[in-house]
Amino acid sequence: MRRFEYFEPATLAEASALLARYGGRAQPLAGGTDLLVELKEQLRRADCVVNIKKIPGLGALSFDPQAGLRIGALVTAREIEVSSTTIKHYPSLVQAVRELGSIQVRNRATIIGNVCRASPSADTLPPLIADGAVVSIHGGQGTRSVPLEDFFTGPGKTVLKSDELVTEIAVPAPAPRTGKIYIKHGRRKAMELATVGVAVTLTLEDEIRIVLGAVAPTPIRAKKAEVLLSGRKIDAALIERAAQSALEESRPISNVRANAAYRREMVGVLTRRALQRALDLAR
Amino acid sequence: MKKISLTLNGEKRELELEPWRSLLDALRNEAGLTGTKKGCDVGDCGACTVLVDGKPLNSCLMLGVEADGHEVVTIEGIEHPLQEQFIRLGGAQCGFCTPGMIVMAKALLDENPNPSEDEIRFGIAGNICRCTGYTKIVEAIQAAAEEMRK
Repeated sequence: MRRFEYFEPATLAEASALLARYGGRAQPLAGGTDLLVELKEQLRRADCVVNIKKIPGLGALSFDPQAGLRIGALVTAREIEVSSTTIKHYPSLVQAVRELGSIQVRNRATIIGNVCRASPSADTLPPLIADGAVVSIHGGQGTRSVPLEDFFTGPGKTVLKSDELVTEIAVPAPAPRTGKIYIKHGRRKAMELATVGVAVTLTLEDEIRIVLGAVAPTPIRAKKAEVLLSGRKIDAALIERAAQSALEESRPISNVRANAAYRREMVGVLTRRALQRALDLAR
Repeated sequence: MKKISLTLNGEKRELELEPWRSLLDALRNEAGLTGTKKGCDVGDCGACTVLVDGKPLNSCLMLGVEADGHEVVTIEGIEHPLQEQFIRLGGAQCGFCTPGMIVMAKALLDENPNPSEDEIRFGIAGNICRCTGYTKIVEAIQAAAEEMRK
């Protein structure tokens, strides 16, 4: 790695001030599993690395049946994977983190790091968006909240300003009779990036969210498919129509993992499968 | 340079590190512990796996200075039936993945003394071996687990 200045701020204000002072040339460090790779491979440049691990209060993971789940900036993927609360109430998010890197990576990688990296194929994003997650942001100008589905502006790009940090993600508590699923499609079982990812959060005869990963510049909701299903009694024919709609709403590219036509086809297959399973789980 | 103090294989140690050095380089070049291997250096191969506060992680993806105040265990600090069983059952061939593999397997057995084959394969998914085809490694971990339970 190239040399950089290194800081361990003790407060969010200090962290924001450092990020502001260095502009885009400072990088926040939490888990480091993306940042250090990108620094080593010179995909990203840092004159300054701001380690946020010494800031108190960012490590909390808590659940309340009314308020839902709160994930602090330092909560690792592994903590989500093994927590009995998330296993019970946020099973699609748990499915996603189980397929993120290795245990070694998950012991370091943070959920919020995965979010801020904004990879179109990031596994945690579809289930979090399907569950209606909201991010809390802290910056020099104060704090703000943004729904996760509006957080991304392109591959690797978000609404974050250079002096801002995401401090927490809040995920609403699941409604009764809700089924959740994340299906990841890759070329192998482990240590793989998603070729296509589909998350569904479905509440019987009520709201449904379908989120597609790795088939557009950002994770996207298949909104036309959602409209077909929301509040309706769902049967096989309706699932088929929704799957076809999701396929048409996806905008995949061709790359080393798959070509666009294959990805689009798989969106249909996986959406159908995910809807059926979410429906079974909700009943 | 930043001075850090850590517990390394049970001993208090002080190291002076440049902040941009990985924990892996700090262990190998500053602490003189070359058992931990550098394979890919980007978190894909698992050869550099060490325990930090009991948790397995890739030491190439952690800054050395982040180990300040923490407890690090490398292959040199592990004495476990795994080592004998890897030798006995051919779980080590060229040997390059073996230190990371054993550190990971120890972490796995500490958490789950009786893992199924699927749980072992899931557990070592981040440790790449190009010699054994994994079967002998899985068998060695199973044999060590059995020995531990006796």
